[in-house]
Amino acid sequence: MYSHASESLIKQAREIQEPELQKFYSRLVKLLQGKELGHETVDSLQRLHLILSATKYTRTLPSELRTRLLSLLSSPVEQLQVLSSAVLREMAPLSGEELNYIQENVGQLNSQTAALLLSKAGTRADLSSVCAQLLRSLDNRPSEGSANSLMHVLPVLNSVLTHSPECLTEDHMTLLNKKLVDWLRYASIVQGGGASSGRFFTGPRSRQPVPIAELDGTVSGDFFTVLCVGQGFTEDQWMNVYSFSMLHHWLLTSHSASNGNTTAETDDRSEVDGSVVSMVSATSSSSRLLPPKERLREKAFQYCQRLIEQSDRKAQKKTDTELQKACLVEAVCILDCVCVEDASLVFRTFPCIKALFGRLSPDLSFARVLLPIAQFYLNHGEMAALDCESVWKLVLGQFPAVLFNDPFLAHELLRFLRLNLEKLQLRVPQYTHFFPNLLKFLAWDSPAVVDDFVDLLPSLVTPATAVELLHTLLDLPCLSATLVLQLRSTCLPISEPGGRGLLSLDAFRNPSFRGLFLFMLRAEAGSGDTIDRLSTLHDLLTEAADWPRVVQCAQTIPVLLHIYFNTIVTVADEKLLAHLILVMLERSCVLLNIPTYIKEIHRVFSCHLLRLCKLHPSLVVDQSHELLEFAGIPGNVYSKEEIYTHVVWVLGEYLSVSCDSRCSVRLITTCFETLEAVLFEITSSGSLPGAVCPAPRVITTLMSALAKLASRSHDLIPRVSLFLSKLRTVTRGGSVPWCSDEEDLVAIVTRGEELWSLLKAPGVAQSILTPSPHITTPQWHRDTNVAMPLQLRALTSLTHSQ
Amino acid sequence: MVRCFLIHTVCPISALSAGECRVLYSRVFGPDEAVLSEEHRELSPEERRLLQKEKVAVVARQVHSAVTLSREASGRQPVEMVPGEEALALQDADSGVARLRAGDPFDQEMSVLWLGVQSLGFTLVCEPHENLLLAEGTLRNLTRHCLEHLHMLGSGSEVLLKSSRIDVLLSRLLPHGQLLFLNHRFAQSLEKEVAAYMAK
Repeated sequence: MYSHASESLIKQAREIQEPELQKFYSRLVKLLQGKELGHETVDSLQRLHLILSATKYTRTLPSELRTRLLSLLSSPVEQLQVLSSAVLREMAPLSGEELNYIQENVGQLNSQTAALLLSKAGTRADLSSVCAQLLRSLDNRPSEGSANSLMHVLPVLNSVLTHSPECLTEDHMTLLNKKLVDWLRYASIVQGGGASSGRFFTGPRSRQPVPIAELDGTVSGDFFTVLCVGQGFTEDQWMNVYSFSMLHHWLLTSHSASNGNTTAETDDRSEVDGSVVSMVSATSSSSRLLPPKERLREKAFQYCQRLIEQSDRKAQKKTDTELQKACLVEAVCILDCVCVEDASLVFRTFPCIKALFGRLSPDLSFARVLLPIAQFYLNHGEMAALDCESVWKLVLGQFPAVLFNDPFLAHELLRFLRLNLEKLQLRVPQYTHFFPNLLKFLAWDSPAVVDDFVDLLPSLVTPATAVELLHTLLDLPCLSATLVLQLRSTCLPISEPGGRGLLSLDAFRNPSFRGLFLFMLRAEAGSGDTIDRLSTLHDLLTEAADWPRVVQCAQTIPVLLHIYFNTIVTVADEKLLAHLILVMLERSCVLLNIPTYIKEIHRVFSCHLLRLCKLHPSLVVDQSHELLEFAGIPGNVYSKEEIYTHVVWVLGEYLSVSCDSRCSVRLITTCFETLEAVLFEITSSGSLPGAVCPAPRVITTLMSALAKLASRSHDLIPRVSLFLSKLRTVTRGGSVPWCSDEEDLVAIVTRGEELWSLLKAPGVAQSILTPSPHITTPQWHRDTNVAMPLQLRALTSLTHSQ
Repeated sequence: MVRCFLIHTVCPISALSAGECRVLYSRVFGPDEAVLSEEHRELSPEERRLLQKEKVAVVARQVHSAVTLSREASGRQPVEMVPGEEALALQDADSGVARLRAGDPFDQEMSVLWLGVQSLGFTLVCEPHENLLLAEGTLRNLTRHCLEHLHMLGSGSEVLLKSSRIDVLLSRLLPHGQLLFLNHRFAQSLEKEVAAYMAK
């Protein structure tokens, strides 16, 4: 599709030299001077566009060429309009002269010129003048000119509205509100002429006007909407389409912008009798008395109700069925919007929305339509006393479980959650219990939705579900594999011979392992933190460790764990944090065996173990039994080096009376003995040749920890000193079996010597290795020695110019 | 509203170095957001244009990696198709949607819809409250027309040399970035105009 030829074209366009370029410009000017502008001109213009757009640096055109191009904007040939607008868009902004030229010569702004003016607008004033010009042309209907000439006005205005709503004045808004009402509600209900220009032929023997039809072929009995068809269309029917297409955005931006002025009036007028819901199109006579904005709201309401009714018809064409769905989404969104503006409309709206929900909820192919309905329920459900339970059960309970592999639904559902987080936490408290379901989106397509989960995860971290959530996050790659198997299992009833995933697929279908997989696939939290046979599950899914989907999922877990831990410290009490430390220790060896995954998780655990203990030092004494159990296993030095190092470090640092008064001498001694035993074992010469060496950092950390503990219980000092001097002796003899690198050995020995000499003066050792709190938590501003430099630095940075 | 429409490369191609992404067509609708934002007040017009081109390139690269990851995860490799099989190519295309955070690169949060047809991606950048169902349908429609009218399944360079055709297509089906609710009759009428233009 993209060949070398195309690539070289782009390169040529970028690297064209100045002389050649000037020659090209002159040739083009000559061509444009001619009477007839034929194929060669068009091709040259096209090449000019390529040359200009291929580079990100703006080129300058000679002024004569610019003038010629400007004149093409009003050419009767569309191709020339298009090309000149495209070329000029790649150029420097239009000068004042050029803008005047356009004003005078282009007359009624055509679509291409409007696009040019918009894209080159340099200020809000420029945009305002474009708007003013277009709205003038709306007001003064042209007697001649092509019937399609007005259709671009609404899109242009909508575009300006997005960027700069204040470019439209009150009068403009009023005019537009009135026009929109006319086009939406009072467009022709007869079919236009057959010609594509939409002109209505009025010959003397013209046929009887044919009424418009619905999508299922029946004759339409009500006002024209986007879901009506005819052989041809009149201009106001086209404007009906354009008006509806921008209606939602118009209501959102323009009405919210000018809401302040008219709230007083609307309160009086919104005393509409909600119990009388007349036929959709019955124009209530009172509506003519409403100001334009409110009138538009009323007509929008009627239009949407009609669309909802029309969407129930069976369309003859597939594309129309798709359009009906899109119309439903739009209609519900607009109804939600008008109800937010005018709360009295809720009573007229909710029966229809409720009925729609009832009609669509059994059919999962309408899931994306049910999301705006859920938004309506969330916004107005309370006021209308609607039963919202079934909505949340569907949206949170069913959709993620069944439609996790629909990227569009995932995007929209997660967006819905993100935008309504506060309301959900208030009105849908069960939201946090559905995290196993919501995480299915992440497990299936991590790269696409991880960004959403970065925002959503904090809201899912609650003390009640914290432990289960941690287990679920750690096992997300397993969930990923399980979802793959679930889909494969439904698609392939017979197992493929020699196909991928054979073993795990068999396991998935095996009744004795059913429970494991069902736990993974659960929708709600609360049925247990994790399963006993987790390692069995990991074994069954061994071959899934290199499936791309599983690997992609595993790559996002560390980030989410960081977010999890950062959040949990703000909501958990010490008891829960203690439990989490245990989970970390326990799970450090129970993880799906994906190569870098385990290492990454260990790194995250280590980081947060440290943080937790720093925040709550008494946790170490609290959990000393489990920590010691972990630290006492020499195997952990090799298989979980990172975590092991940190466990030893926190034991050394926080197992002291100053951190927790429950710390007894006996505890310190027990800890010392445990660590001493491990250190002896890993530095013994009894290890086999070729065996893995312990990391030097583990050894130094063990030594430091022992020294710290000894400094708190001086009886232990002789034991440490003995070990350290033995170490010095052994290493003087040359290489040792437990350390292969000479530099590392030197570092270890140096550390040993430092500690040894420190411990010779127990008092000093204690104050250095077990410093009292006021040293470790300095308050610099109070310390007279430190405050002065700080003050000076602050003054300097304040007086320095930015 | 749709902020921009792009056509760009999405997978390793022999003509490009690894990881490089070439934008073949880009159309940004509406005023330049840098003009109206506080932080970019002091930029010159050339710098603003450069900024816009860079934003477009960022989007293309994001979609490039999204398509790569999606194809890797699904294990599906796109099948080579020849001109004439446009409908099949479209049916076989990967599709997805991604979120661009506010500031990265557009001032507001955006939703990016993409269709990966073999080695090219067709991308729509939509504003937050846009009707994504409608956007999806419009994107498919635009892609189909581009594939057909510009013979993109072949090795020609028409997408570069006949970009005005895409401009006209956009002016009918996505005027100034406005998504339109077109039933089959309205769509037919517009497509007839487009076809008439392309025939010239």
